[in-house]
Amino acid sequence: MEIIGAGIQALFPFAWSRYQFMQHALLAVLVISPVFALLGTMVISNRMAFFSDVLGHSALTGIAIGSLFGLGDPQWAMILFCALFAFLLNLFKGMTQAPSDTVLGVFFAIVVALGILILSKGGGFARYTAYLIGDVLAVAPDQIVLASVLLLVVVIYWVRFGNALVLVSLNPSLVRSKGVSVFWLETSFSILLALVVTVSIRMVGILLINSLLILPAATARIMAGSIREYTLWSVVISLISGIGGLIASYYLGTSAGATIVLCITLCYGLSALLRSRVT
Amino acid sequence: MIHACDHCCARIENLSVRFRDRMVLENVNLHVNCGEILTIIGPNGAGKSTLLKAILGEVPYAGTMSFRVNGKTRSKMQIGYLPQKTGFDQDSPVSVRDILAATLESHPIWFSVSRSAEKRIHALLEQVSAFHLLKRRLGELSGGELQRILLSCAIAHDPEMLLLDEPDAGIDAEGLTLFYNLVSDLRSRRHVSIVLVTHDLPGITPYTDRMLLLNRTVLAEGEPHEVLANEALIRQLTPTLWNISRLPSMAGRLPSPSPTDINGGK
Repeated sequence: MEIIGAGIQALFPFAWSRYQFMQHALLAVLVISPVFALLGTMVISNRMAFFSDVLGHSALTGIAIGSLFGLGDPQWAMILFCALFAFLLNLFKGMTQAPSDTVLGVFFAIVVALGILILSKGGGFARYTAYLIGDVLAVAPDQIVLASVLLLVVVIYWVRFGNALVLVSLNPSLVRSKGVSVFWLETSFSILLALVVTVSIRMVGILLINSLLILPAATARIMAGSIREYTLWSVVISLISGIGGLIASYYLGTSAGATIVLCITLCYGLSALLRSRVT
Repeated sequence: MIHACDHCCARIENLSVRFRDRMVLENVNLHVNCGEILTIIGPNGAGKSTLLKAILGEVPYAGTMSFRVNGKTRSKMQIGYLPQKTGFDQDSPVSVRDILAATLESHPIWFSVSRSAEKRIHALLEQVSAFHLLKRRLGELSGGELQRILLSCAIAHDPEMLLLDEPDAGIDAEGLTLFYNLVSDLRSRRHVSIVLVTHDLPGITPYTDRMLLLNRTVLAEGEPHEVLANEALIRQLTPTLWNISRLPSMAGRLPSPSPTDINGGK
């Protein structure tokens, strides 16, 4: 970590890079931005923006279950619960005839209400507000390591199933030629999404995590003419906004997560404006 | 004109499909010869698409299905499938090259596309007269163009049987003629068995070898003129299908429709 810290200082010879918390935050941003960008492309293409939002909010119930069991750090309870929840949500979505946004709305209500109910018992909810807003500046090195492992897992998953995900976003029947089950493809993607969301929740917060997922991909979608451009633009926008937003938040004295999200929103607005002027 | 040969065929016996407490298909018997175009007609909700999905193995069914390729019986066959054209997102960044590359390649297309896949994509697009669409986004294509691209995906893995689900939906007459010619050409050059579900009875009739009238079970089967002889039944089941003015080969033998028939009897 010290060597990396020295590297960051050499690369960015500014006042902010001297602080260890900023070095850690920068590392965390460099790791989670491409993960969010990659997953986001398929969240948007498969119209899962609301689905991923529900997954993010299910973290509340995960934390609550962790606290019920008296765990000081509810992270693993949250990760396990969200992964299981993602699996069950997918299973249920396939079984019911109801429109998927209705089903998601019902589950959204359950996980948020149940989470708040348990956490607020005895008036102790204030202790958990850190999960709602998140703080990338407080990120610990072991969380960066965990996020790096996830980055690796996401890249491997993308290499193996990226093409199938592209086809399933167009029409599930097109995936047949890949020899992949549509149910397991969608379920594994949801579980991966749940893992990424829960591991990053302390850095970004429940309220903003979905923005990080969908905004870079939504921006890339405006500009891209192919899947390659879509993926590359999404990663580039996510990284630039992540680094830019983090540095801006240092000088503005604002929340890093919110500043990063606003930076991507700015990119979204600019690209939409450019596109409308071109066409 | 029958193009049947003995290289491959599919035999379906007593096929039934049940969705919860509703029988969607019941005791369907069907034989598809090699190199023939079999057209399935029937009213909405007759189970036409479900039959195709059962052949694909995408819905559970009761009954037996066997395939025969080059004199050997097999439990599976290489099947190409053209799904019902759902509204493709206008904003989707997927290009024509992307969808074919994703179908052909096992490594991720956002990284690179191999030279052999690139060559195959070009050849496939040439086959469906769509090479000029290579770099276009799917959302920018017309109905006929998109259908040809989906056809090229369906034939990408050299299928022995091709299932086409309502390829006529949302295509203009010119695009449809081009599409039928391509399908007919595939049948004669590759000896692919083609099962086609359509509402375009006049358009498909000149190309079809055999026809099947389906409404939960097989009501009539045979050469087009044999099935179309059940005029009253077809009129009753699917009034919109019966547009005699566009049935050139049958026009001499069949009476003209009343305006209510043409307008769907509504």
